[in-house]
Amino acid sequence: MKTQTIIDKKEVAEKTIRITGSEAVVRSLIAEGVDILYGYPGGAIMPVYDELFKFQGEIHHVLTRHEQGAAHAAQGYARISGKVGVAMATSGPGATNLITGIADAQIDSTPLVCITGQVFSHLLGSDAFQETDIVGISTPVTKWNCQVTKAEDIPGALAKAFYIAKSGRPGPVLVDITKDAQVSELDFKYEKCKGVRSYNPIPKTDPNSIIAAAELINNAKKPMIVWGQGVILGQAEDELKAVIEKAGIPAAWTILGASALPTSHPLNIGMVGMHGNYAPNKLTNECDVLIAIGMRFDDRVTGSLDTYAKQAKIIHFDIDPAEIDKNVKTDVAVLGNSKESLALLFEALNKNTHDSWLQEFKDLYAIEFEKVIKGDIHPEKEGLTMGEVLKQINIESKGNAAIVSDVGQHQMIACRYADFNVTKSNITSGGLGTMGFALPAAIGAKMAAPDREVVAIIGDGGYQMNIQELGTIFQQKAAVKIVVLNNEFLGMVRQWQQLFFDKRYASTEMTNPNFVAIAEGYYIKAKKVTKREELAEAVKEMMASKESYFLEVMVEKEDNVFPMIPSGASVSDIRLS
Amino acid sequence: MNGDIKTFTISIYTENNIGLLNRISAIFQRRHINIESLTTSQSEIDGVNRFVIVVNITEEQAIKIVRQIEKQVETIRAYYHTEDETIFTESCMFKIKSDLLFNEPQIQNIIKESYARIVTVNREFFVLEKSGRRNEIESLRRDLNVFGIMQFVRSGRIAVTKDEMKVTEMLQAFNNQ
Repeated sequence: MKTQTIIDKKEVAEKTIRITGSEAVVRSLIAEGVDILYGYPGGAIMPVYDELFKFQGEIHHVLTRHEQGAAHAAQGYARISGKVGVAMATSGPGATNLITGIADAQIDSTPLVCITGQVFSHLLGSDAFQETDIVGISTPVTKWNCQVTKAEDIPGALAKAFYIAKSGRPGPVLVDITKDAQVSELDFKYEKCKGVRSYNPIPKTDPNSIIAAAELINNAKKPMIVWGQGVILGQAEDELKAVIEKAGIPAAWTILGASALPTSHPLNIGMVGMHGNYAPNKLTNECDVLIAIGMRFDDRVTGSLDTYAKQAKIIHFDIDPAEIDKNVKTDVAVLGNSKESLALLFEALNKNTHDSWLQEFKDLYAIEFEKVIKGDIHPEKEGLTMGEVLKQINIESKGNAAIVSDVGQHQMIACRYADFNVTKSNITSGGLGTMGFALPAAIGAKMAAPDREVVAIIGDGGYQMNIQELGTIFQQKAAVKIVVLNNEFLGMVRQWQQLFFDKRYASTEMTNPNFVAIAEGYYIKAKKVTKREELAEAVKEMMASKESYFLEVMVEKEDNVFPMIPSGASVSDIRLS
Repeated sequence: MNGDIKTFTISIYTENNIGLLNRISAIFQRRHINIESLTTSQSEIDGVNRFVIVVNITEEQAIKIVRQIEKQVETIRAYYHTEDETIFTESCMFKIKSDLLFNEPQIQNIIKESYARIVTVNREFFVLEKSGRRNEIESLRRDLNVFGIMQFVRSGRIAVTKDEMKVTEMLQAFNNQ
């Protein structure tokens, strides 16, 4: 079979050609610059797959082993590259299996375009085979969605989908295409979407808000920054660094903000939130001006709102007006794109230092080091800790790896202890807390950035939620490094059971299979470490591997993650043990 | 006070797209806010729809709800207003046995005094229509209920605001970009 190629990409946009709707789908994706998409074929999307076969020289379709894997892989692709991730599935169960990934992308503002096949339009509403109202189902978890029933509407719908997914505050978009729209013909000409009249993606930054923010910051004695993913999504890493350095402001990050500023930066004071660092949590309730940048005051960050930073003036930079005053009342709101608003702020700030204030963070870090960190990364007890595995990975990666974590104890440990030199390197499910995220997301990340080291760090629970994606890793030869931190428990739930449910370990103990054998079954190199003296060498071997590698580390069964802000408590009530 | 529950009228200008009603009603449902009434129709601008939604919530909730609605891609603008800031009305219809119109002279007085309009009369029944405030409609229903009502139906609130909406200017600004 001869594969079709588009010799001149301009041809796509300039000439009108008579083609089928399904070919229009593929040509539209190519016109949007999509090089890889993730999906799973089925009845209602088969015409599009037939075109993907013809265009395989232009666009690479990755067959995942489950549609949820496709959605998470597309997320991983988007998170590491900043581009739109694309996932495709058939109607009915194919479409509903995408939903968890879509919901995850919605709450974590990840740009995705999901394309689903749908039954013939004359069958809509008739309970046809594999018919489901995916537009209705996906409405609350998409930024936008639509159903296309006519071939001629396909290019316009996809152009709008890509524009909406990527612009402003990014998010997932779903386009449902009936089979008759795929098989009938249209006059195809692709034009990128440049705007939607009812949609204002980037609100204008009011210069007065910059002046007001700068005045508060310039007069502050104890200013503190908490930045979130908005800095990464706005590509404002340099602007953030410039602001922090000019005004000498200690800066903390939310879980999704991690890696926007190198971990080693002297003004980087660590992570806020439930299992964040001691100093930034504690001193949230001591600062006089709190500058929130591209973050949304999630409850896992704020703890009890009634006792959150009440003493501080709050400045909130965000692209989404709905975030202003949603959880925390602000004194100054700065709307707009973080890259532009931080550049304006930089101009208005005085050069400053806050050495004694910064020292307070260092003093509290010393306490946290003594009581928590030392035992985590330099343990003296016999059992292996998750923290020392991260330490070994840091040694081998020199902080240059992208860390893809799942959800639970290992995730908190990974985010707390991984070194990051490069932005977009912490890929994790933040808002939705989706177990099963990491393995497929790591595939997407590795394929989007093949030159980067991608290390998936996963618990034994979450690993088994999408373990079938080992098949995708094998088939695609994606050189993903997989570390399973196995404590034979659903560790985070067990920790809560220990602390808040009198150690009643209801359904958290796991009898696990031979993970090494499973990996080897997929022809993936695999090793299991049970002793400390084997760890360094095993991590070294894994990181040196040119191919995918599976490393299982048996860690202490009942270790807890500290510090911890108990659910509903104040950030200043953060516990060290 | 921001914390008092009041009746707010939420007005939304939107594109006329399938599925948007779902998207908007989901915003209320997710926050456990009961919709007292919801009306959607063509607005003063061709191709632009207008929702009028009545809810009993605090002003703080109203602000947040309106921002969530405006966040939807196909919402052009959303506003909230108190009762004092709007002119509003509801409409209702009664289907009543025609015999009563002749046998109960009192009914004719009720119709006259309430400014209700007879839409149609035939041998079996007649249909009354009335627009007005809720209390006027309720009092008419009570008065007629004594004689027996075959069917009663009332619409949701429709409202115009006293201040300007400036949606046309917004759309023009987009077209001039």
